[in-house]
Amino acid sequence: MIHTNKLTKTFTVKKETVEAVKGVDIDVAPGELVAFLGPNGAGKSTTLRMLTTLLKPTSGSATVAGVDVAKDPAGVRARIGYIGQGNGGGHSYRVIDELIMQGRFYGMNTTDAKARAETLMASLDLTDLAKRTVIKLSGGQRRRMDVALGLMHSPGLLFLDEPSTGMDPQNRANLWEHIMRMREEHGTTIVLTTHYMDEADSMSERVIVIDHGTIIADDTASRLKANLAGDLLAVEVAAGSASEVRGLLGRAASEGDMEENAYDGVVRFRLRLAQGAQLAPGLLKEMHDAGAPAQSLELKPPTLDDVFLELTGRSLREGAEV
Amino acid sequence: MIEQAVAPGVALQKRGPRSVVTDTWFVFWREMLLPLRDPFSLIFSLIQPLVFLGLFGPLLGSAVGAPAFGGQSTLQWFLPGVVVMIALFGTSMTGSNLQYELMTGSYERILATPLSRSSLMIGRALKEWAPLVLQGLLISVVCIPFGFIFHPLHVVLGLVILGIFGIGLGALSYALALVSQNKEWIFWGVQQTLLFPLMILSGIMLPIEAGPGWMKVASLFNPLTYLVNAERELFAGRIGMDTMWGLLAAVVTAAVGLVVGIRTISRNTN
Repeated sequence: MIHTNKLTKTFTVKKETVEAVKGVDIDVAPGELVAFLGPNGAGKSTTLRMLTTLLKPTSGSATVAGVDVAKDPAGVRARIGYIGQGNGGGHSYRVIDELIMQGRFYGMNTTDAKARAETLMASLDLTDLAKRTVIKLSGGQRRRMDVALGLMHSPGLLFLDEPSTGMDPQNRANLWEHIMRMREEHGTTIVLTTHYMDEADSMSERVIVIDHGTIIADDTASRLKANLAGDLLAVEVAAGSASEVRGLLGRAASEGDMEENAYDGVVRFRLRLAQGAQLAPGLLKEMHDAGAPAQSLELKPPTLDDVFLELTGRSLREGAEV
Repeated sequence: MIEQAVAPGVALQKRGPRSVVTDTWFVFWREMLLPLRDPFSLIFSLIQPLVFLGLFGPLLGSAVGAPAFGGQSTLQWFLPGVVVMIALFGTSMTGSNLQYELMTGSYERILATPLSRSSLMIGRALKEWAPLVLQGLLISVVCIPFGFIFHPLHVVLGLVILGIFGIGLGALSYALALVSQNKEWIFWGVQQTLLFPLMILSGIMLPIEAGPGWMKVASLFNPLTYLVNAERELFAGRIGMDTMWGLLAAVVTAAVGLVVGIRTISRNTN
């Protein structure tokens, strides 16, 4: 569905050249759900804008839905749907009018466009707002309208740029319900950008981590976490048996890094453990056999933030602040 | 359940050589929905030229002597000028409506549709021109009892020429809005600074023949001068050389405007 070859974008700002995207190679198969994850300014949106023909690549090439973005941008636009970061509805327009015109822009006739608009409004809870002007809608309502605009022509490939930014959890859940349903029914290929790692984690099957204009990881969320981060294990033992445990845990810890804190006659060890859930029971038994039983245990599965931290040495959370 | 209304990729089937015309129609129609849904704005736009004609016309007649009007009645001379002025103000505002859409994601959403780039400008420019057809015909009819001689077909031809000119000016205004994105005051500054000299140096308000020689020379380099002359000839019921020059000025303005506009749109995606 998407194939890029060394796709690059450089901007010139005050005679200084900024490389926003540095030669990325991306392949997306039909039906995939892919998230571009990275901090603000990483190059996610720039990549998406090149794929949707809103920006011309500086070098490299991209084929989207079988069409070359440089040779036939209009052909690409006719085959895709795009939901941008901003609100797509014109301020003074009525919701229903904008939806119908959007269908007309994509070559639907008025009857089809009207029927499609009615269906989408019903499923996105917009029916009662059909004749309201966009400026009178709340933020969540506008975002739902953006989704309706993007789905009017039932695109086989849908791009979403930060779809849920600024939405409350309820609306975010609703939005995802619609996207997932559309995908189940029509096998739509979906590419989105997000800086919410929980969203990338729970919703997409494949996560492409982008930082400083380069792809630094590309895999399923679970494999990224298992391979790159590992679980976080915290064990407490009595201070007297700390020396027996130190060696035992130190050998198990990935890359041997382990922290320990002593307080109130207890020593707390914290370590990263690849496949911690599988290894923890064995470790507990070994500690018991060594005469140093654990007093408490905490096992935390890794997040994509841990993955990002492992890859870049920075936290995605810090980068996500605007 | 979200039903699939059309097969994916249906938008492809309708793309043909006609697409610029149909695309322009869609863009025009979307813009027209604003005044149609809120007809009050149209009523005001109809009253405005009447007020101008009614209040400025009489002053003009007594301030400037009759010889300057080339033997025509003040009304016959002034009315076509008012029509050109409405066209000028209207279509040079094309970019101002775009500014709002640039601030939200509305412009980008439309840019991501398969609509052709030139249709985005032409459709918007024609929307600013459309009320002029009503306004032009209305003020012509209203002025009949005051001695204005109405030649309907000539007037319609005059409005068409203004439409062609309006496409060019509208496209330039569109480009100006894109260039001054995030600095909206620049749009207004440039638009106002250019509008008034162009208007005065075309003899819309007062006959340029009454001015000093340098003004007459300057007016020759103003495309608007040829448009005003063409409209005066047409509103007087004649089609002659002035009309031809006016048509040429309109076509040149449209061509220049569209080239500049399309270049600006594509430079914005660089």
